[in-house]
Amino acid sequence: MSKPVVATTSLAGCFGCHMSLLDIDERILDLIELVEFNKSPIDDIKTFTKECDIGIIEGGCCNSENVHVLKEFRKHCKTLVVIGECGRTGGLPAMRNNNASITECLEEAYLNCVSVQANDEKIIPNDDELPMILDRVYPCNEVVKIDYFLPGCAPRADLIWNALVALVTGDEMNLPYEVVKYD
Amino acid sequence: MDNHKSQKSFVADGNHCSCDCSSLHTILAKYDNDSSRLMDILIAVQEKAGCIQEKAVKEIAKALNLSKVDVEQTLSFYHFFSDGAKADYAVYLNDSVVAEMMGREDIAKTFEEEVGVTFGKISEDGKIGLFNTSCIGMNDQEPAAIINQRVFTKLTPEKVRKIVIEMKNGKSIDDIVGSNVENNIKKQGPILTKDIEVGEGLKKAVEMKPETLIEEVRQSNLRGRGGAGFPTAMKWKFCREAAGDKHFVMCNADEGEPGTFKDRVILTERPEMVFEGMAIAGYAIGAEEGILYLRYEYKYMQSFLENVLQEMRSKKLLGENIFGKFNFDIRIQFGGGAYVCGEESALIESAEGKRGEPRDRPPFPVVKGYMQQPTSVNNVETLSAVVKIINKGAKWYRSLGTIDSTGTKLMSISGDCEKPGVYEMEWGFTVNDILQMVGAKDVQAVQIGGPSGNCVNPAQFNRKVAYEDLSTGGAIIIIGKERDLLKDVVLNFTNFFIEESCGSCVPCRAMTVQYRNRLEKILRGNGVAKDIEAMLEWEKVMKTNRCGLGHSAANPILTTIQNFRELYDAKLQKDTDYVSEFNLEAAVQESCKAAGRQPNLGGE
Repeated sequence: MSKPVVATTSLAGCFGCHMSLLDIDERILDLIELVEFNKSPIDDIKTFTKECDIGIIEGGCCNSENVHVLKEFRKHCKTLVVIGECGRTGGLPAMRNNNASITECLEEAYLNCVSVQANDEKIIPNDDELPMILDRVYPCNEVVKIDYFLPGCAPRADLIWNALVALVTGDEMNLPYEVVKYD
Repeated sequence: MDNHKSQKSFVADGNHCSCDCSSLHTILAKYDNDSSRLMDILIAVQEKAGCIQEKAVKEIAKALNLSKVDVEQTLSFYHFFSDGAKADYAVYLNDSVVAEMMGREDIAKTFEEEVGVTFGKISEDGKIGLFNTSCIGMNDQEPAAIINQRVFTKLTPEKVRKIVIEMKNGKSIDDIVGSNVENNIKKQGPILTKDIEVGEGLKKAVEMKPETLIEEVRQSNLRGRGGAGFPTAMKWKFCREAAGDKHFVMCNADEGEPGTFKDRVILTERPEMVFEGMAIAGYAIGAEEGILYLRYEYKYMQSFLENVLQEMRSKKLLGENIFGKFNFDIRIQFGGGAYVCGEESALIESAEGKRGEPRDRPPFPVVKGYMQQPTSVNNVETLSAVVKIINKGAKWYRSLGTIDSTGTKLMSISGDCEKPGVYEMEWGFTVNDILQMVGAKDVQAVQIGGPSGNCVNPAQFNRKVAYEDLSTGGAIIIIGKERDLLKDVVLNFTNFFIEESCGSCVPCRAMTVQYRNRLEKILRGNGVAKDIEAMLEWEKVMKTNRCGLGHSAANPILTTIQNFRELYDAKLQKDTDYVSEFNLEAAVQESCKAAGRQPNLGGE
């Protein structure tokens, strides 16, 4: 039987959740026995080359590129798992949601901030190749259907591992206190 | 507390509204620079100056030996306090469900047109400010507004135009025609009936030993009339037995549950009975001080009630050596506009000059209450009933009502019916009895016990209103068939809880907003069955809140899912378990405009 195929991505996140995924220590050897990776920063496959069983998403959506990638994941993965607070609630990037409009954010970042230098033409980046910024940061489940969420900032390696193993084996997930506490 | 209803979110304008130093010091001296009287001090400054500016905050903090933030956190909690802009006339228009039913929208529109600003703002000349406020206890005479502590009821666009003209002309608020509160007692029962002289109950009470008095109340099976239904005698017994330097009686007249107005009527019609009940409670638990905690919405009653107190003092029914047995006096403590202060421990915090945040319990107020001393907090109606119970005996009282709910209940009835008002009824009547009595036809739903209670459907109209079945503090709102129950009622109630949450517990502060978001999604036609399941599931989280407000904040949604499931189901999308409301085109519009580029949607 072929191994389950896993894809991962980091959207508007800090890659901390991916670091946590790598924090499974020597179990990474078990992992590559257990699953095959497709599109993922772990193996640097940039686009989907086959349909996947599990998509792991870190981060929410702050721009049109994030939305595009997330929709691709929904299209190509049977099960989507969001890991971490940013994907689940918007997280730290969503701090911009309540306090300022996106226009104010852009003006502060590119025009008005004391650290802005050498932008004499007063340009807010506008190249067509750049992703378009969204009016606010959206959690993934507002854009596509998400099947499972693993909370934490970042979720503990053991939580990600246990969830992944449960998904692949179909066994009940092991959730001891140590794995879901956040301090 | 969410402040968008208050004046606070507006930038202070200039210097014309500061309270001058000499009047501030007079106010501080009146309250002996006592930090526990911060509420009174803030109310006095607000009244004098129309707002409480930073300069005054600093002075108050210095005089009371508090930090500036101590003063600011109390100031910012209550929505009738303003820390900045001031209007000569501050119009607070009720935005509760029944106000909306009775035509609030037209009234609000007329105010906005005539004043020339939208709600939440003050006219440019600083004369008139328009603000929304939660239920002001006038459900039987809506639409109604409070303007500089005076209540204007049964507003019509014509009335509003006249009022605005007079305000623009600078007329004194007392000379503006239309300020009028009706009592609307539609059914008088044994408690409201004036069949004993003032002081008779108290005289009989002091002839008994306090323990015997408490036993008599226990025999009557009287339970708290605020809604929770805790046995009154047990509360008094615990309080009497608790050790402390002093004991206190507090009368809870915060009456913030939308749809409730019976305490206003009792305090207007039978104030002596309430004060007499407080004195009896004082004798029973061994207290010499009583505090009537009155909601700020009823500030217009102040001089009337002070006069009643004075008269009772002159008759030696209050003060020292009452009937040669004990000392007891009462002061009135006003709130500042906060529903949560109806919760007894929040009420105590507020009376001590702090934010009205409920305390952790235990210890309960009967052990550590006001000033950390044993305190009995009783509802206005409970204390009134005590006077009659002592006068006529527990046996008489027990002969009224049902076994588990003895006596009578004052019901505040409003909404879609011919005869809204206060009805005193023997416990044990059914919802149908009420509807027949008040002339309600084509009824879709009845909200029993206000937003925190239960919204029942016609199949349940034969249920009994009593502690053993549909328990209530007395608010009944009748909702006719023509109303959109989910949009007009449930959404309004949910917004009310978001507004009034003290913000201390996360589920109450945050989940209420999640509830509203889900409800609005369903109302937009984008809900799925899973949204209903999620809202039911969240109830467990709501139970982890600290106080009754938090426990019941989702009740408008939860009880209507239970009793009106078909209204939700009709709006749900079938054959799918997920609907996204995300719209890429709309989401990128603003940033593209700011950057000066064309959105490239690329077929997304």
